[in-house]
Amino acid sequence: MWKGLDLNLEAHDGLLGVLSDAYKGIYLAQENRPEGMKYFDFVISEVHGLRIEEIVEAKKEKRKVIGTFCVYVPEELILAVDGVCIGLCAGADVGSDEAEKYVPRNTCALIKAFMGFKLAGLCPYVNTADLIVGETTCDGKKKAYELFDEITKGKMYVMEMPNKKGEDGKLLWKNEVKRFAEKLESISGKKITLEKLKEASKIVNDKRKALQRLSLLRANDPSPISGLDALLINQVAFYDDPLRFTAKVNELCDELEARVKAGAGVTAKGSARILVSGSPMAIPNWKLHAIAEGSGATIVGEESCVGERNFRSLLDDNFSSLEEAVQKIAERYMTINCACFTPNDERLSDIEDLAKKLKADGIIHYAIQFCTPYMIEAYKVKKHADKIGLPFLRIETDYSMEDMGQLKTRVEAFLELIGKGVHA
Amino acid sequence: MKTGGIDIGSRYIKYVIAEDNLPVAFYKEETGTGPLEVCKRLLDSDQPDRILATGYGRHLLEVHGNVQTITEIKAVARGAKEMYPGCRTIVDIGGQDTKVISLNEQGAVLNFEMNDRCAAGTGKFIEIMARSLGFELQDFGYHCSTDDAGLTINSMCTVFAESEVISLIAKGAEREAIASAIHRSIMNRVISLMKRIDIKDDIIFAGGCAQNPWLKGLLEERLQRPAYIYEKPDMLSAIGAALYAGQMN
Repeated sequence: MWKGLDLNLEAHDGLLGVLSDAYKGIYLAQENRPEGMKYFDFVISEVHGLRIEEIVEAKKEKRKVIGTFCVYVPEELILAVDGVCIGLCAGADVGSDEAEKYVPRNTCALIKAFMGFKLAGLCPYVNTADLIVGETTCDGKKKAYELFDEITKGKMYVMEMPNKKGEDGKLLWKNEVKRFAEKLESISGKKITLEKLKEASKIVNDKRKALQRLSLLRANDPSPISGLDALLINQVAFYDDPLRFTAKVNELCDELEARVKAGAGVTAKGSARILVSGSPMAIPNWKLHAIAEGSGATIVGEESCVGERNFRSLLDDNFSSLEEAVQKIAERYMTINCACFTPNDERLSDIEDLAKKLKADGIIHYAIQFCTPYMIEAYKVKKHADKIGLPFLRIETDYSMEDMGQLKTRVEAFLELIGKGVHA
Repeated sequence: MKTGGIDIGSRYIKYVIAEDNLPVAFYKEETGTGPLEVCKRLLDSDQPDRILATGYGRHLLEVHGNVQTITEIKAVARGAKEMYPGCRTIVDIGGQDTKVISLNEQGAVLNFEMNDRCAAGTGKFIEIMARSLGFELQDFGYHCSTDDAGLTINSMCTVFAESEVISLIAKGAEREAIASAIHRSIMNRVISLMKRIDIKDDIIFAGGCAQNPWLKGLLEERLQRPAYIYEKPDMLSAIGAALYAGQMN
């Protein structure tokens, strides 16, 4: 099977070795982990193994594999044509020298990574994909997708995101959703029926509800789960089988509820509670969480695409025609407040609400270096944090490890400033 | 009680002993490639009752010596406040970090900004530039020309700035004029960090680079007010750590 995936098998084994060491050092070394995390540990150990086999099996049943990069791509539609929806590899400093043959050095790490993973022959998902869906959420991605289309020999399909949230934008987006549905029908050879779409919507909504439940449990002090583990679950949400994933998250939440009742948590009660906000952290980007939790803080939430933005709003699945369904799907996805929009002040309210709900002591704004929309929006977030009286730290970084020392100093100084520094 | 503060920086390890909250002994050695050995040697040479580590390498002692740590931000704030009770703003240019810190009236850290991942605007940058012009680091600030003919170093990336310097040399520019331009480019970077915090008097200039008189002059010129420099500006973090060591439980 592996030979057919057109991977650089030697380099791929090397990558898995590094990933497994990092996972041991960062994840398995944590104390007091919930039992329910064992499933997610297993998923990670099989991220480039069993899950790929499942997908290859699905392809044999003539199901289409749709690769995505963004939470704006409507998963319901993909499931409604029996497709498999997979978030593509973009979270590690892999193949950047290869990627830099195509894009400038000062391109954000996420873009370099998705190109690098493919170019270095390290992402089995991208090679199994029948269609890769991009979206015009920033200039870097938008232009890189043109090149990625060449690299993947014509697999790209790009959805146009509006820049503003007004009526024109909503109409444009609704038409894009409709066109995407038609595209899916044409590549799968299946019609999207009302019944199928209702079924798919329930699957995706159930997944969102499970993730909401997990998010809310982190509001407890002490939190029954570490930020690292919660981040991992949010990352796994993009490529695991949705039904199984939802069941496992709910099982874990049952355990976490019992922990909360017993007053058990991963850190001591009263340790610093941090809300992270900003650019997405694609798997295996655990850098900031590892630093902050290694310094005694608990990350209690991610106002991020790999986090709240992915599950905060449910789809109103009370539709009685396909036309109405498209309208409701378009509306639901337009409630995601990404920095690609102007203005995007709703994100500030999201952050405020989340900080209150999760009882955060401070906000760390995380931007991937050269991710202009989030780097610039950090200014407004800081102003808003000042207004609501929450300490704020701005971080810009990439996937490399060379600034770990500096980041650790900044994060620890921030925890000291909050008054919950752990060391002295 | 005798307390110690050890500041493990990227270029030097500074060690201060305080007795009854007064710094009484100061030691400094190059960090080199075996910082743990340097630390052990320093600690053995003068043994306090309590010790606290700070600086870039602080966790080295946490792991190997079970020594508690604080960040250099908290440490330098304490050291500066102790020496200058009116201190509200600190500019600290060290070997690989440049930090600006604002304090409240009680001396607690209100806000801070640090340079990003690269060496731009840090001591390391100055060192590389001094070397490419053939000056000793210690003398660099004495070799700047007031008449620098408007030369500028635009690039803040150390690697590119070095090429700029080399091309200026090749064009026949005076070494002293280039030196002045380099100092100005560093101060531009520092000032842009300072714009993100509230600047209040008194301003303390700390870190090894505060020994460079040209930088002090530029800082005061840009801020239009005096900046105070402790006689051992690179020791302020170690002093702060030594003082905090006296407060530990």
